[in-house]
Amino acid sequence: MITEFSPTEFTPWASLIGGLLIGAAAVLLMALQGRIFGATGILAGFLTPANSSDWAWRAILLAGMASGPLAFAALTGHMPVVEVPVSTPALIIGGFIVGIGVSYGSGCTSGHGVCGMSRLSPRSIVATLSFMFATAVTVYLIRHVFGQVVGGA
Amino acid sequence: MKHLLTYLTGLIFGLGISMSGMANPAKVLNFFDFAGTWDPSLVFVMGGAVTVSFFGYRALFKRYETPAFEPRFIVPTSRVIDAKLVGGSLVFGVGWGIAGFCPGGALPALGALDANVWVFFVALVAGIFAAKFMMTLTAAKAAGRAN
Repeated sequence: MITEFSPTEFTPWASLIGGLLIGAAAVLLMALQGRIFGATGILAGFLTPANSSDWAWRAILLAGMASGPLAFAALTGHMPVVEVPVSTPALIIGGFIVGIGVSYGSGCTSGHGVCGMSRLSPRSIVATLSFMFATAVTVYLIRHVFGQVVGGA
Repeated sequence: MKHLLTYLTGLIFGLGISMSGMANPAKVLNFFDFAGTWDPSLVFVMGGAVTVSFFGYRALFKRYETPAFEPRFIVPTSRVIDAKLVGGSLVFGVGWGIAGFCPGGALPALGALDANVWVFFVALVAGIFAAKFMMTLTAAKAAGRAN
């Protein structure tokens, strides 16, 4: 049983290789479609499409993204580990809040954090610092101040 | 060919997320738990991704005027740092800290067929629509005042 107090294994190499692939995908999408690889923007444009051709590349890209775990399984023989140390209500409340925040903030970890930071966009640097700060404070409050009130498994 | 390459681009991203640990909320939340079970792995994800895209974008823009399938590069040009950007990002961080998934981690993780990811995804989509609705209301109010 995964709880919020379970440590996870430090995986510098797997994480670095994963990061290099994420960066490569961001450059490829710019080379092909001329777009920023921001999960928020891609999903929002998929949900409320401007026109059918704009919708098609998003749908195909999302299908490719969701095939990632299968490619991972083909390479390693097992699905990527998805351990959820929070309750279902926390997933629902957190997911809803994330949806509102990334809409108003115009981006998330991929759009601002990777694509925007690498373009040295001042907006993205401010956004990334803001959400990293808020995430760290939230995790601290849930785990070390409020105990299991919100985040308990 | 165009669709295949777009699909493969998504696949590379999804594979990268799967390898990196970003699809695993336990790992993501431990990265932010400096006072507890800290796991610094995600520094390597961000470092690797930003390094490749930093040099990759530069090489790309230097060499090419347009992308392969579209008439032009569509890159955000706004430099406005306002309450909407900072407030929205802070709100996103609160949600990320509660749930442990961010959109870029969750979308590929949908393919791992774990019910938790789909629960988060449905709530994420509801949040995006709620925000769009609120923005429409705000815009309508502003238009009403202008008249």
